[in-house]
Amino acid sequence: MLAYILRRSLYAIPILIGVNLLTFWLFFVVNSPDDMARMQLGAKRVTPEAIERWKVDQGYDKPLLYNAEAGGVDKFTNTIFFDKSVSLFVFDFGTADDGRDIGYDIRQRMWPSLMLAIPVFVIGLLVTITFALLMAFFRATYVDYAGVVLCVILMSISALFYIIGGQYLISKLMHLVPISGYDGGLSAFKFLILPVAIGIISGIGAGSRWYRTIFLEEVNKDYVRTARAKGLPERVVLFKHVLKNAMIPILTGVVVTIPMLFMGSLITESFFGIPGLGSYTIDAIRAQDFGIVRAMVFLGSVLYILGLLLTDLSYTLVDPRVRLS
Amino acid sequence: MTRHWRPLALLAVIGLGLWLVPVKVVLLWTDALVFLLVGVLTAFVIYMRGKPHLRAPWGQVIRRPLAAASLVVLSAYVVVGLLDSVHFRQQLSPQAGVDQGEAHYSVEVLSLLDLLTTPLRTRLEKSYSAPLAAQLYSKETVTLDDGSTARIYPRLDYGGAHLDDPASQRGNDIAQRSLTALLLGLLAWAALVAVWVAWLARRHGRGFRDELQAILRGKADLPWRSIFATFGVLILFIAVTLKLGLAYHLLGTDKVGNDVLYLSLKSIRTGLVIGTLTTLIMLPFAVLLGIMAGHFRGWVDDVIQYVYTTLSSIPGVLLIAAAILSVQVYIANNPELFETVVERADLRLLFLCMILGITSWTGLCRLLRGETLKLREMEYIQAAQAFGVGNFKIITRHILPNVMHIVLISVVLDFSALVLAEAVLSYVGVGVDPSMVSWGNMINSARLEMAREPVVWWSLIAAFCFMFLLVLAANLFSDAVRDAFDPRTGRG
Repeated sequence: MLAYILRRSLYAIPILIGVNLLTFWLFFVVNSPDDMARMQLGAKRVTPEAIERWKVDQGYDKPLLYNAEAGGVDKFTNTIFFDKSVSLFVFDFGTADDGRDIGYDIRQRMWPSLMLAIPVFVIGLLVTITFALLMAFFRATYVDYAGVVLCVILMSISALFYIIGGQYLISKLMHLVPISGYDGGLSAFKFLILPVAIGIISGIGAGSRWYRTIFLEEVNKDYVRTARAKGLPERVVLFKHVLKNAMIPILTGVVVTIPMLFMGSLITESFFGIPGLGSYTIDAIRAQDFGIVRAMVFLGSVLYILGLLLTDLSYTLVDPRVRLS
Repeated sequence: MTRHWRPLALLAVIGLGLWLVPVKVVLLWTDALVFLLVGVLTAFVIYMRGKPHLRAPWGQVIRRPLAAASLVVLSAYVVVGLLDSVHFRQQLSPQAGVDQGEAHYSVEVLSLLDLLTTPLRTRLEKSYSAPLAAQLYSKETVTLDDGSTARIYPRLDYGGAHLDDPASQRGNDIAQRSLTALLLGLLAWAALVAVWVAWLARRHGRGFRDELQAILRGKADLPWRSIFATFGVLILFIAVTLKLGLAYHLLGTDKVGNDVLYLSLKSIRTGLVIGTLTTLIMLPFAVLLGIMAGHFRGWVDDVIQYVYTTLSSIPGVLLIAAAILSVQVYIANNPELFETVVERADLRLLFLCMILGITSWTGLCRLLRGETLKLREMEYIQAAQAFGVGNFKIITRHILPNVMHIVLISVVLDFSALVLAEAVLSYVGVGVDPSMVSWGNMINSARLEMAREPVVWWSLIAAFCFMFLLVLAANLFSDAVRDAFDPRTGRG
């Protein structure tokens, strides 16, 4: 088991190097630091001195990959690539354009993101699976049919409308909760309840329909027929036999998203003014702060790979036939 | 097969028409790709007509009433989108005293849709006005005829301008116009349906009454009942829009006085382009690499797997943001490359499609790899290999046709997701160009409008309805396609 985890972790390294090279290429080769300086400084006719000063301030005045002027190991370390990309591997994210430490900001903003993402994930999963089980229980009846149609309708509504509609209805018309904002401690509850509810509702459509398909695939298998043949009530068949066996395909899709919860929800956080990683990312994109975007890309890739590893490990827990080798 | 010349003849007529009228045709990048896509689809349909095993699942799709109704709605969207994809610049009327040697063209790029909706496009108001209103939405200080000033809701320049006293006449006028429109719409619908049913009856060799009864009972060859019903609703909508939209602003106006109905119609092309061109761009990569990985295995498989794991490990929005930011810098630093604003926005749209394509091909690629791995162990492919058939031929003749259902299903499933993604990306600021009309940009500006007091709700609702209808139709249609083509769901 341990050897497997170690091997998989080693496999992650070339992928992370690939991610780093790709972001490096996008941010420093496609756009030269001069372009970035011109964009950041705003005006079209900025002086070369201003550009140079900005590059020195940001540490972008070094050569990209190979520093011919330096000696020894410095030939490779005294470069933008080493400073900005290699340092990510030790989770040293550097500073943002406004001088703040990115690593510190990420650690601070992680908690509000989790406060929003974990309830949405857990409650959302329970609600969608229950809904899907109900549809599977009443399969091929009008209840099932109506459920599927409802799912398709819910799926066809953009997440933006759920948020704007919810904010307007609950906060602006009924004044039940504040429109946006955030506060630490227990008072976070009143700020989080609406975004959590909206997050759950907007996920019901696609989720339930997918789980329903999985359940229906299981329902037609031989072991289910056997269970019915020995006289088990449909309720027991569904909850004890089908649900357990359907866990394997469900886990494939679900576990991989767990580490990504750290990344927060981009639009929900931004609409509700929650100071999490999602709104951090959006603000960085809007302010064109490439340092933060680069850090978040790297963090996202690490978490995704972690998710893949967790998925494989979770198989061994639910499916005794799977052996890791 | 005598019908092959028809699309060509149509193209020739359009080309001749464009050559005769004094315009300069502008072929945007996305236009060219849209026409390429239409060409590919036409070729595909012609190819399928002769293959019963390919026609059968499509027949199954179209026999589902919901799918047939969705197809009618989707066709309406596609017609609007195609009309909006023929761009040109009008010739400026020659001025006196100017050398006539060379024709001059307006810098404004128009499309056929713009031409058809000229009244909507050109009737600009000053600012916000509610749907069907005759007055502006906010009070303004105006100087009255007697020299005094007053704060009133000024009359609109165009909306309800035919009324003498909007307060008393507007309700009646709207009711009267809608009723006339509904009546005319019903008449038009009945006439069209009658002709259609007569044609069906002749084709099936039975009487008009028999055919009509079969359709009403749902026993015809296709679900004509729901097709006609959807078509009827569509015609009624169009009739009401024509009758009311020309006298009022049916969906109100936005901040700078643009007609919201016009904006919603213009957004259709943006949505469709993103939903279809992204797929067109990513499909060759996904299919080729997926099949190659599964077929050749070994180091080819390793490399391809590495590429798609790397790409899919980057959060999609961030990769798109990074790439779009780069494009933005490029566009900002090279303004001389673009003759018009439309061309600049179009290039950005094309880039957006490409980047969305790059982020979305990995899923399909993985599926195809898995399926190919399964297929290559099948006896018939083992036999082909034993006979010494080349790799290229095995892939094109034996593997590709057998994974086409996966490709098709994922293409139709992706479409609605892409249309929805456009809105979110535009909100984040990495979507289409801010000067391009799209549902995402409409929603984005609506966010501020919802915070106003009193609320400006109509742009949001308009964008919602147009988008919802398209995505819903696409979802229902793709469901039917999946059920018909996916062998796992079992037929019947």
